[in-house]
Amino acid sequence: MKIKRPFYHYLTIGAVLLYLIVPLLGTLIYSFSTQWHKTILPEGLTFHWYKELFGDSVFLKAMGRSLILSFGATVLSLVIMVPTIFSIVVYAPRLEKFIQSLIVLTYAMPGVIIAVGLIRAYANSGISMVVVTVGAYFVGILPYMYQGTRNSLRNIHAVSLMEAAEILGAGQFTAFLKVILPNIMTGILVSSLLSFSILFGEFVLVNLLVGGSFETIQVFLYKKLNVSGHIASAIVVCYFILICILSVVIVKVTRSKKETV
Amino acid sequence: MKRINGMLLSSLLPFLLMVVLFLFVPLIFMIYGSFQADGRTGLSLNQYAEIFRNAYYHQAFKNSILISFLSSLIAILFAIFATYSITRFSKNTQNRVLIFANLTSNFAGIPLAFAFIVLLGNSGLFTLLFKHFGWETLSSFNVYSWSGLVLIYIYFQLPLAVMLLYPVYQGIQSQWKEAASLLGASPLQFWLRIGVPVILPSIAGTFSILFANAMGAYASAYALTGSTYNLLTIRIGALTTGDIFAKPELGSAIAVLLGITLVAAMLINEWLTRKVRRDLS
Repeated sequence: MKIKRPFYHYLTIGAVLLYLIVPLLGTLIYSFSTQWHKTILPEGLTFHWYKELFGDSVFLKAMGRSLILSFGATVLSLVIMVPTIFSIVVYAPRLEKFIQSLIVLTYAMPGVIIAVGLIRAYANSGISMVVVTVGAYFVGILPYMYQGTRNSLRNIHAVSLMEAAEILGAGQFTAFLKVILPNIMTGILVSSLLSFSILFGEFVLVNLLVGGSFETIQVFLYKKLNVSGHIASAIVVCYFILICILSVVIVKVTRSKKETV
Repeated sequence: MKRINGMLLSSLLPFLLMVVLFLFVPLIFMIYGSFQADGRTGLSLNQYAEIFRNAYYHQAFKNSILISFLSSLIAILFAIFATYSITRFSKNTQNRVLIFANLTSNFAGIPLAFAFIVLLGNSGLFTLLFKHFGWETLSSFNVYSWSGLVLIYIYFQLPLAVMLLYPVYQGIQSQWKEAASLLGASPLQFWLRIGVPVILPSIAGTFSILFANAMGAYASAYALTGSTYNLLTIRIGALTTGDIFAKPELGSAIAVLLGITLVAAMLINEWLTRKVRRDLS
């Protein structure tokens, strides 16, 4: 059965999609064009900017730093947050209110605000600001890790599972590691990928806290903006492809989870 | 039964330590700093007095509020219609559009600002196109101006608005429409009397989230012109890290005021969300 839809439904969605796609397309074409200053269409197409970009060791190092920073903060959050949320959901549900208020607080504290406080608190304390950035990232991804982990725990009825495991004689830690964790793996994976992709695009904190001394991909991009538009657009394209890959993985993992349950 | 729960304790402690170190400590330092005079000395209300006296900071508040309000309003208007349209398509199409919205919601900050420079900068693609056709008013559009910044803000607000409004429309059940039309209501009457009143609190809640999101945005404006836009977040950044004109205490005071605004926006959203749930249950 084909549903008849009025034309304006296509129009509204089309307008929004067009607005969202055009800047992406423009950047994509620009990154492949040789010269584009006077003509309406690029004067030629080339891979030159990508070759130059990937031959630039500064770029590769910045990429490496971004990966380390985002990966490190995500892993740290996994190791600390998942057991915490598990314990709260199973043993102290009253504390969920507390976590939820924390989340509202983190939403209300964007990078700029938290950076001001972090600089005042730690700039002259001798603690490396890179470590401070990781800590700030931990707080920043708290909402995503909480949502994902809590929802997975609810889906598998963690409380009854734990009761069953403990009746059968498993200790708390064993039950958590052997029963709960394998069952919430996909949910945690999705939250981690989401957190990772958010952190990978983070600029405000890393720029204000460490700036030039620990150049991540976003800081590198910012520096390139006024140097070469073509190189900058190549960076943007690479960055967007990476987000696309992460999103595809997230969608695939989420789908496969739904199918098995 | 009161025994100490090993798992709860051993997991909660490191978590609390992290939250205290990287959320509460900076927050306290910032609030304390905002009550200090320049150079970390004494306790005073000087910084707040300065903000209230200085027209430059009034302007920053006005600009931030204006651009946040405007971009949220335009984004939510488009999203209200587009998201409803999305729900009229098959589940598969709906999912695809939502995945795309989610994808573009990650496209913000520096990369986004740059994409708009490519399109509308001095030798931007559209700028060249408009010049070629001789459309003076369009080709003289300046992406580094306020209207350019509004376009960028709308870009990052739009996908967020769609994703936040999508579940809202799921709440409007088709049975209601059938019941209303059986009782003789036209589609317009249904929306005016039932649809809109049901979703209005959610729309207002979404608006407050968008507003907060724009108020806290920093990277796009910074990428366009560094510190020249007089926005709250740009002022905070410049006052805190600027080498010559650094006045971190003043920056802290502005950050505190911005934080209060954002908390208020969040609380309004919470309140409105609870209102919806009570009505429907």
